[in-house]
Amino acid sequence: MSTGRIVTGVLAPHPPHLVYAENPPQNEPKSEGGWDVLRWGYERLRKNLQANKPDVFIVHSPHWMTYVGHHVLGLPHFKGLSVDPIFPHLFRFNYDVKVDVDLSLLIAEEGQKAGMTMKVMKNPDFRIDYGAITSMYLSNPAFDIPMVAISSNNSPYYFSNEVGQEEMKKLGEATRRAVERSGKRAVLLASNSLSHRHFTTEPEIPEDMSHEHIYHHGQYLWDMEVLKMMREGRSRELIDCLPEFMDMASAEVKAGALTWMISALGYPTYPAEVHAYGSVIGTGNAVVEWNHEKGAGQ
Amino acid sequence: MSIRRVTAPEGSLISACYVVPGLPHVLLAHEKSPSWTKLRKSFDVVREEIEKSDAEMILYFSTQWLSVLGYLFQADPEPEWTLVDHNWHEYGSIQYKFKVEAGFAKAYSREVKGLGHYVREVAYKGFPIDTGTIVAQKLLNPLNRLPAAMASCNMYAEKQETLSIGQAAMRAIEKYGKRVAVVVVSGLSSRFETKDIDPAKDAISSLKDDEWNRKVLELFGEGRLEDVSEVAREYTHQANADMGFKGIWWLNGLCGKTNDFDGRVFDYQPIWGTGAALVGLYPKRGIVSNPEWVNDEADLVERSAIGDQRSGQRTATASAIGDRQQPTARGQQPTAQQQQPTKSSALIATSKAPPPVGPYPHARREGDFIFLSGCGPRKPGSKDIPGVKLDAKGEVVSYDVEIQTRSVMDNIQVILEASGATLADVIDVQAYLTDMKRDFGTFNKVYGEYFGARKDAQGTPIGPCRTTIEVGALPTPIAVEMKVVARAPYHPRVPFSGAN
Repeated sequence: MSTGRIVTGVLAPHPPHLVYAENPPQNEPKSEGGWDVLRWGYERLRKNLQANKPDVFIVHSPHWMTYVGHHVLGLPHFKGLSVDPIFPHLFRFNYDVKVDVDLSLLIAEEGQKAGMTMKVMKNPDFRIDYGAITSMYLSNPAFDIPMVAISSNNSPYYFSNEVGQEEMKKLGEATRRAVERSGKRAVLLASNSLSHRHFTTEPEIPEDMSHEHIYHHGQYLWDMEVLKMMREGRSRELIDCLPEFMDMASAEVKAGALTWMISALGYPTYPAEVHAYGSVIGTGNAVVEWNHEKGAGQ
Repeated sequence: MSIRRVTAPEGSLISACYVVPGLPHVLLAHEKSPSWTKLRKSFDVVREEIEKSDAEMILYFSTQWLSVLGYLFQADPEPEWTLVDHNWHEYGSIQYKFKVEAGFAKAYSREVKGLGHYVREVAYKGFPIDTGTIVAQKLLNPLNRLPAAMASCNMYAEKQETLSIGQAAMRAIEKYGKRVAVVVVSGLSSRFETKDIDPAKDAISSLKDDEWNRKVLELFGEGRLEDVSEVAREYTHQANADMGFKGIWWLNGLCGKTNDFDGRVFDYQPIWGTGAALVGLYPKRGIVSNPEWVNDEADLVERSAIGDQRSGQRTATASAIGDRQQPTARGQQPTAQQQQPTKSSALIATSKAPPPVGPYPHARREGDFIFLSGCGPRKPGSKDIPGVKLDAKGEVVSYDVEIQTRSVMDNIQVILEASGATLADVIDVQAYLTDMKRDFGTFNKVYGEYFGARKDAQGTPIGPCRTTIEVGALPTPIAVEMKVVARAPYHPRVPFSGAN
């Protein structure tokens, strides 16, 4: 068996609005579209992902929140209805996903070796969170490639941003070692937006784009600053400034997915490709790709 | 543990209010830990109390049901699903089918919408009811004897908004016309152990959290809901209270911002390092919505009592907090004044201190701090200045700086006491002397008698910060004036002693 590798890392935000706007048959609510720039970005991303022929998607989602360690899905198949507790009128999605349990177990094993608490979720009634489902759908709508889902440990919320960062760096390294042992070609999905202050109201037609804009200009400036670092390949600097970004822009990266992914990619120095940036109900979202096969050769 | 006969006081629709934890351990795995088993037993007592009460409905407000877009209200008359908790999935699944008072969702959402908030009644198949509400409902109302109502907790809402959402709940209850048992699902300190633990040895994750939990439970035990609400921010800051203890703000708003309850702490135990308690609050008088209570205070920048003074509704001699913070012996009934709602901003004046020589109060409290105006050595009821001899023209012949300094310190103590504080709460001092060269040594010696005794474990003095300045003159013929800043304390009275 050849050594596995991470072929792509993606900042893959999960606003359920984007799924709602696509009107897939699995989603019960129907829309008139909306948030097109971000959806076009995902479209470009998908073409690149298909070209890289991945064997597995590994998604880290802030909406599978755990307090004790990091959890991975440990059963081969999950089917159910995912209803967003915040936007139930937009996202009621019937999912049917395959899980790469072997890789889940390898990640758990490598995490444990690194001194982290890891748990394998084996309850068949478990409902996969809407964040993971959304990022998965937008990256691979056919759901024809198995996934691994990793939970988001809540420790930054009751320790500090820095504590959370260090934990996520270790988890990223453990994930890379697990992928290498698996012999598979993996895509990592960091299911995070950037700045994350929402509006607390929405227009009567949620997809009415005349109402959509960033919550405040400071968020925009911060989002542009971190995107600039991504585009210039300054990922170590990016990781160093994330704790401040989290505080200044209520950034969702606090949940750790971006740090996990950048660490797993080994702090790439090549430019990331920003496919799109746009706001969703005031939050800043970007679809960003680190094509590791292409980029590593630059 | 005794079961209390719970009925709504005459003219009111609130039978009782409870605060309960919402982690699934107590429902699914209580046998693993003596602490969880104790909590389970307390849940049984509360369940029996509610069953035997005159309540016709249970209203839940869970800090685990978070909303972003305004407020959501459960409107599915029979929500049904199988919940697996995201973290505690190994303890098993929770199947539920609840009886929901959908009509109340409409009534409550209408009130909240009237405040200008976004609202949504949720009646979607598979809508994820939060773990906290499900745990509470399964333990308190397992047979659906009473219909339930459920409202979300907005993650962005601060104190004033949350109070007003609670206030709206009371209006909705009155319009709906059913007697209600109100249940806030909230933990206390929320610092989880982040690794696997032996549940049999579960303990609060830090001594600091434990101490804060006990302070808060002491207030709850005395029925002082409004005071818990006032201290919630500091509690959150110090002990990471569950979701900023917003649930208590909501309950306080619903109950009209009062301390007028009989309180009961059924139990206090750890759940995976967090603090968990079951608390009962039984209204002494009927709770009714108060249309005169206008919730117009801005968050964080709370309205100053100066504004009231200018409008003539309040005088500078009215102390808003002085009496409230006087310790009351356990078992003693608090005074009517102690039951009054408290303000985080207030002017303080006392007849035991010399009257101000200008348009300013003796002190004012802002948030957690008390700021004293500059204080001289004069005594109330006299124009004489201790230690000063004047000639016929009123010029100073001689003065004794030691006597003056002692008198200043005594006046400061009097004003601090009127503010509910003591010299031990002082954190900063500015001292003004008219003759530094002559008086500093004596002043310093007397000052040390009052502040120098406070030392840490290594014997290092830990008195307040101080700046001493020589000035050309002071407003009256005095040689010493001091200005101090103190923390506004909440005095723990006696340690919480467990279930009562």
